[in-house]
Amino acid sequence: MEWIRQRLDRIREPFNKGNKLEKYSPAINALDTFLFTPNHTTKTGAHIRDAVDLKRTMITVVLALVPALIFGMWNGGYQHYSQLGEAFTFWEAIGHGALKIIPMIAVSYGVGLGIEFAFAIFRGHEVNEGYLVTGLLIPMIMPIDIPLWMVGLSVVFAVLVGKEAFGGTGMNILNPALTARAFAFFAYPTYMSGNSVWVSNAGEVDAISGETILGKLASGNEVPYSVMDMFSGVIPGSIAETSVICILAGALLLILTKVGSWRIILSAFIGAAIMGLIFNALPAMGLEGNDLTNFPWYSHLIVGGLAFGIVFMATDPVSAAQTMKGKWIYGFLVGFLSVMIRVFNPAYPEGVMLGILLMNVFAPTIDHYVVQANVNRRKKRLKNANPQVETA
Amino acid sequence: MSKDIRIKRGLSLRLEGEAEKELVKAPRSKTYAIKPPDFHTVVPKMVVKEGAKLLAGDEIFYSKYTDQIRFTAPVSGVLKEIKRGDKRKILEIIIEADAEDAYRDFGKMDASKADAKDVEERILESGCGAFIYQRPYDIVADPKDTPKAIFISAVSTAPLAADKGFIIKDKVDAFQEGINALRKLTPGKVHVSVDDTSAEHLKNIQGVELHHVKGAHPAGNVGVQIHKIDPLNRGERIWTVGVEDVAIIGNVFLTGEYRADRTIVLAGSEAENRKYYQSTIGANVSDLIGQASDSVRIISGDVLTGTQLSNNQYIGFFDNEVTLIPEGDNYRIFGWLPFTYNNIHSNSHTSLSWLFPKRKFTPTTNLNGEERALVVTGEMEEVLPMDIYPMQLIKACMAGDIEKMENLGIYEVAPEDFALVEYVNTSKIEIQEVIRLGLDLMITEVG
Repeated sequence: MEWIRQRLDRIREPFNKGNKLEKYSPAINALDTFLFTPNHTTKTGAHIRDAVDLKRTMITVVLALVPALIFGMWNGGYQHYSQLGEAFTFWEAIGHGALKIIPMIAVSYGVGLGIEFAFAIFRGHEVNEGYLVTGLLIPMIMPIDIPLWMVGLSVVFAVLVGKEAFGGTGMNILNPALTARAFAFFAYPTYMSGNSVWVSNAGEVDAISGETILGKLASGNEVPYSVMDMFSGVIPGSIAETSVICILAGALLLILTKVGSWRIILSAFIGAAIMGLIFNALPAMGLEGNDLTNFPWYSHLIVGGLAFGIVFMATDPVSAAQTMKGKWIYGFLVGFLSVMIRVFNPAYPEGVMLGILLMNVFAPTIDHYVVQANVNRRKKRLKNANPQVETA
Repeated sequence: MSKDIRIKRGLSLRLEGEAEKELVKAPRSKTYAIKPPDFHTVVPKMVVKEGAKLLAGDEIFYSKYTDQIRFTAPVSGVLKEIKRGDKRKILEIIIEADAEDAYRDFGKMDASKADAKDVEERILESGCGAFIYQRPYDIVADPKDTPKAIFISAVSTAPLAADKGFIIKDKVDAFQEGINALRKLTPGKVHVSVDDTSAEHLKNIQGVELHHVKGAHPAGNVGVQIHKIDPLNRGERIWTVGVEDVAIIGNVFLTGEYRADRTIVLAGSEAENRKYYQSTIGANVSDLIGQASDSVRIISGDVLTGTQLSNNQYIGFFDNEVTLIPEGDNYRIFGWLPFTYNNIHSNSHTSLSWLFPKRKFTPTTNLNGEERALVVTGEMEEVLPMDIYPMQLIKACMAGDIEKMENLGIYEVAPEDFALVEYVNTSKIEIQEVIRLGLDLMITEVG
């Protein structure tokens, strides 16, 4: 360890203050701090500090994503081989999925981190760790067969327009990973929806039934999957969205470490359940529903990207509501709107992406009213204390 | 009459290096110093020159813009040196102390019977005006204002902080006289908050409203107590005084002398002879701790709000603590891995330290990360037991948006109230400084 440290100190010598490559120091710092937590000590303010830093927080989210990612690799192979009717082993399935997914992750990290490093050098700040999560999320919410260049282009759009245009990490309004998916969805709809994109190499096979459950419901087809299939995730869909079990494992880690807001996760599931219940109640109210409205409310919670979106995207602290009360309202509306969009939008059978993006836009408004209540309390107190003081 | 306050949110850090409850006399320093930077916003105007002979209680300087506030010598002796920094700013006024203090005689006065004007004048001329701080802004109080109440916190919740009950136990008579004097300064109430130990000694104090405070840090902060008892509105003033400072004020009336006694607790994992020391304001830190090595940080005050000292510098005017902790200028390999390095305390659950609530930690001065943009939400609210949105207020301060700061409650806070917020902050932003600059902006813009 001492040896690595000394080597590193020698490598970074030209990047230090006053030396030739000082401008590029954020790049070398990012590498250095990846290996070592730096020896910086407190200068002003509190002399001791908490052990947590942003790297730790972000890596925790990455860890929480791992179960869903591994399941996604296996499911990629499973869907492929089972549709072809070929025999396969567990490792063959994982191998097939990994061969598809790992290049996507590599492209996402390569392109995204490249832009992040460039902006850090350009703006003269350190590289923020947020992209470690975003860069992993982007491939995980794409169809397995999407071309790599589309992944790359979506990343460019998400990082440049979704994040850096607003001032970088901490300032963005929309969740960058969902921005990437929305870009791909609207720019290349044939690669992002329909019935032949969700199973690996589906185009090569005739008579494949690779539709997602929501797709089937929207077009009035039979759903051949049981609730248990939906819960365990052996269904077609975006790479990592299918297994509710793995997603809940990640959610548990996020909640236990307090990295993800349990308020948002819980209230979003409640919101989705209530919307589902309302739709289920339509026949009782004398209205005729369709397949989607009659889809049981609990099934709404476990199909499509709802669980994945709620646990890993809606909880993004930057684009979510930031106040405690705001989180409850924001989460509830994410769930509520996601199911509503699902049912009402015939062109697109999945509503989570749009539901979360819409609420991302409204999160500052929710916060504004929550904070304003606090401001009004303070003004009222002032008025009661000194009636003669004018409250602006 | 007593009321109970329970603070639910907060964080009591358990650190290694607590001091024994034993009071010993500190060795007398050769030199003592008053440091004008201890009095935020005060611009000192000297009234004596180097070489002047001083009695304890003789005026050294006054505040240029509020000239009634005078600052007096804590010990008798010769004014040895006026240390100046950039732009000739006075940093330290060093007094070479006599072997035995000789006091200037202000004459005895019965504060409870005296006229309010005389009481005020006596407090100011003896230099005790320096002990009275005001909210908003956390600066020395302007005697021209009338405070709606005066708050005294005898609750210590900060990590390794001096036990205020222990400090005051032998000074209850002086404390009572100090209260009698302070009561003359406000038409409102004098509030004293106590914890279990200080309640024992202060339960019979007359003329105050006693509050029992329970809860984790920052429950002991006077700002938090004001917020719970009688919150501050725009245009109002509340004054705050330290517990031991009340006794100093009381002594001025009882004895006619300015006795600048200061009890200092020596604590922290790197300190030896961890005890309570009977010392005097402005003592030289090296007379207490000897020469500390470079690997030790000397803090005048507690680990969250104190100021860093070097060897042979002087303890701060208001500080009851000297804390020694190890410097943390070392690298940690893969320090970002969650659930590793669990010997470093974390309020976040990405470290397993929260599984050992009884464990005492030995923190270093390592920042444990680098400064980043504000990303994580919800962590600040956990340690700020006030009806205030911390992140929103901090951002308003950074942006210098005066109206927003006012709306979000800038008048109710002091930097020390945000010390824990700064401690737990994932993005390692210097939040106390942000709040201080925000308050300074309010002083210049609103006043």
